[in-house]
Amino acid sequence: MVPLSYYLVLSGFLFACGVAGFLIKRNIITIFMSIELMLNGVNLSFVAFAAHWHVLAGQVFVFFVMVVAAAEAAVGLAIIIAVYRTRETLNVDQVNLLKL
Amino acid sequence: MSVHLILFLAFGTVCVAGAVNLLAQRHPINGALSLIAVMAALAGEYLLLGAEFVAAVQVIVYAGAIMVLFVFTIMLLNAGEEERTRGSRVAVLFGIPGMLLGSLLVGWVVLRHSGTEAVAAGALPGDPKVIGQLLFHEFLLPFEITSILILIAIMGAVVLASKPATSAARKVE
Repeated sequence: MVPLSYYLVLSGFLFACGVAGFLIKRNIITIFMSIELMLNGVNLSFVAFAAHWHVLAGQVFVFFVMVVAAAEAAVGLAIIIAVYRTRETLNVDQVNLLKL
Repeated sequence: MSVHLILFLAFGTVCVAGAVNLLAQRHPINGALSLIAVMAALAGEYLLLGAEFVAAVQVIVYAGAIMVLFVFTIMLLNAGEEERTRGSRVAVLFGIPGMLLGSLLVGWVVLRHSGTEAVAAGALPGDPKVIGQLLFHEFLLPFEITSILILIAIMGAVVLASKPATSAARKVE
């Protein structure tokens, strides 16, 4: 049997790694993947709490998070393609103008 | 040590290693592969928690569909290694000790005060039938709203990723 706190610590660690990647990474795709890592960390705590409190709604919310992540990935990657088409770079340091 | 704890530690180690590798790697494709490893290991954790359906969807949707989209974009844009820029010195001086202190504090509080009650494996039936009933009765409105969200996302992706029409093409129209 695994205590709930172990799952929470793992989930918090994944979320912290996502935040750190979001802040230190310079490639726009890697930044996007860090956001996915954060969402995964949150999903783990949803499932752990669902099992702990015997409420199945936690698992349903994981599906909603996945749907939002899928929509976000589709739109975000389209934005990345549009940015690359106009600026020819994926480095966020060089993407600093709203209008070309 | 029970089998559950051993499995939890094994999957957790893969998760942690993948997450750290995502931070350490400089090429986006390596980051994507380590993220797939994290997601697959998380599916194992969901199985340990008795959420079989969530685990299956995690592998199919997350590690499958979404990551294929990422890898496809990386290939399409021919993304190379990222060039590092020097961060500010204040961030290095205060950020790293602050982050270590904060994570130690949070870990200590969670481990100390959330009790040692074990999460019973398989105590909650996470089979598709029960989840489907919940999804189509109690959560019907959010479910329909997410379908609208998906529709909007599809249209937005098509509009954003399509080639902008040149002025000559617009004149022909």
